[in-house]
Amino acid sequence: MTKTVTDVICPFCGTLCDDLEVVVSDDGKKLLEVYNACAIGAEKFLHSQAKDRITRPRMRQDDGSWKEITYDEAIEYTAKMLADAKKPLMYGWSSTNCEAQATGSELGEIVGAVMDNTATVCHGTSLIAVQDIGIPSCTLGEVKNRADRIVFWGCNPAHAHPRHMSRYSIFPRGFFTGKGHTGRKVIVVDPRPTDTASVADVHLQVEQGRDYELLNAFRVAFKGEKLPDVVAGIPKEKIYEAAETLKSGRFVIIFFGMGVTQSLGKNHNIDEAIAVTRDLNEYTKAAIMPMRGHYNVTGSGQVWGWLFGFPYAVDLSRGFARYNPGETTSNDLLRRDEVDAVFVLGSDPGAHFPFSSVKKIYDLPSVAIDPHETPTTEVCKVHVPVAFVGVEIGGCAYRMDNVPIETRKVVEPPEGMMTDEEFLGRVLARVKEIKGV
Amino acid sequence: METVTLTIKNQPGLYLEADTITPDAFAGKKAEEIAGLPVYVGRDEHKLGEFFEISGKAGATAAETKIVVKGDLSRVKYIGMKMTAGEIVVDGNADMYVGAWMQGGKITVNGNVDAFAGTGMKGGELIIKGNAGNYLGAAYRGDWRGMSGGKITVAGNAGSDLGTFMTGGEIVVGGDVDVHVATHAEGGKIVIKGNAKSRLGGQMVEGEIYVFGNIDVMMPGFAYREDVDIEVDGTKGRFALYEGDLGERHRKRKGQTIYAKLYQQIRA
Ligand code: SF4
Repeated sequence: MTKTVTDVICPFCGTLCDDLEVVVSDDGKKLLEVYNACAIGAEKFLHSQAKDRITRPRMRQDDGSWKEITYDEAIEYTAKMLADAKKPLMYGWSSTNCEAQATGSELGEIVGAVMDNTATVCHGTSLIAVQDIGIPSCTLGEVKNRADRIVFWGCNPAHAHPRHMSRYSIFPRGFFTGKGHTGRKVIVVDPRPTDTASVADVHLQVEQGRDYELLNAFRVAFKGEKLPDVVAGIPKEKIYEAAETLKSGRFVIIFFGMGVTQSLGKNHNIDEAIAVTRDLNEYTKAAIMPMRGHYNVTGSGQVWGWLFGFPYAVDLSRGFARYNPGETTSNDLLRRDEVDAVFVLGSDPGAHFPFSSVKKIYDLPSVAIDPHETPTTEVCKVHVPVAFVGVEIGGCAYRMDNVPIETRKVVEPPEGMMTDEEFLGRVLARVKEIKGV
Repeated sequence: METVTLTIKNQPGLYLEADTITPDAFAGKKAEEIAGLPVYVGRDEHKLGEFFEISGKAGATAAETKIVVKGDLSRVKYIGMKMTAGEIVVDGNADMYVGAWMQGGKITVNGNVDAFAGTGMKGGELIIKGNAGNYLGAAYRGDWRGMSGGKITVAGNAGSDLGTFMTGGEIVVGGDVDVHVATHAEGGKIVIKGNAKSRLGGQMVEGEIYVFGNIDVMMPGFAYREDVDIEVDGTKGRFALYEGDLGERHRKRKGQTIYAKLYQQIRA
């Protein structure tokens, strides 16, 4: 016999789909099938069932091989490493629940760490822009029910957030959007002809690295001022036309991704995109939203926001929170040799950071907490496997629109495995012992 | 004026946060007392004397105190932070935040500085003989009031994000600059004697930018108005005047919209 669990949350991307169905064995120990998820979401659930899954911590030996160690030994190594370091980097936090993020924050505060999450190579620049000029945003529910002008700027949900378009942005029929996609106009701004661009009404093929200029041109066009003949490779007629399309909508939503947050200008691109949104509110209702990647990177910004006042790159080394991307961001710290130990949880800098930074991690005392074997675990001294959040343990996660959603446990973790929160709690207790606090 | 000389003898393992290297903190102190001032490496507090050889003595007030810092200071942050008067000479390269939030006095760096020099500067003079990093004379994160007074002079090149949110004061760069100049500025004056790349004056409300060399890409929000003959930092010449950022908000005076001004020298 099997059981079907309904209304399961997908802990993969920032869309945080909440309509999955998962079939598990009667004893709740095996996960058999996943319905409604996209391919990448389903894969995450099925991965927990891998036969060759690592279920105990490992320590790197001098000859490069792994030796299995106990959780107690891993806790001891991690606690000592953090207590000894003058300025440890505690990075990741995007693929875990808010409960673990909160425990990790307490630990970071005691050891004087720099706390940074994956926003540092993703939407951190958006957060800078939001701090600089604010953000008129909304929820995905509002998008589904109201938006009739959809802009995807430098993002490709067809591949990165596969169910986003069907659940929220292009295709769903909502309260005031009964005609579904026929009632919406979709504009894609991307230098490449992506799969998302292929379903758009208008594709503005912006010249690489000229998004800031094109956004600026929209603002000039809204005001009816004169534009140069061509901006960012786009003829001015097309810009005036697209500006009119946006102004004539009832509700405009601009979604943006790493094509603008991590290309030339970074935070400035988002700053100007927010200004475009603000300008549009003179004519109609408009909102803007980052397409957050990891399923709970948003939550990590929320937790640190309410604990420290800043959403990423928080330097706690002097006992108070400082925040200055460019200085307190992971890659700058690694590049400049500003940190002397690295702790990674719920992220894979080994795969996402520049090689020079990864090499720095390899040279430092380092621990990686991750259910999977990843490029990061390959360069760290200790690897601590943990239960999958959202599969084997529940907990709070924040969707890309800052809506908190409680993820669900659907299956038991392998015998004797710890969760992120348990492991962090134990390290915290041990650090307190070492420091006598 | 009394002079205190600091010579670095031990490099910090990580970076040294030395916001106590200011005439204000030194004023009225003897060398031994100055050696006892706190500095930080990561979360550990140390004494200035653990890293520097200190000689001479400070004047009675900041204004009567001159500090000379010698050696490789490329791992020392915050030199001259928040200083109000007096003088600092840095004989070598310095790290981030040189002269950040400074209000008065003078800093001369006979070398390069890293990012965030002159952050939120309010007054005084900052002279950099080498190159400056990114965010020179910019606002601190989240602050909408950047540099508001004083003067920064760079003999070499400057990085990106020069003068972000600037509201007053002057920055003169002898060489080239990277992208984003005077973003969100509401005042102040920036002179670039070399070349600029792109995104000059993006979202700029008021203030002036002068460029002697090339501009790779002009913002679409800047419109050409006329040619003018002016004198800039001792150089007389003919400049093309652009106004912008047309996409941004602007105040009006006597019915006239006041724009930010961008002048580019016309070379024969
Ligand atoms: S779109 Fe994202 S949240 Fe939804 S099923 Fe796919 S991976 Fe999971």
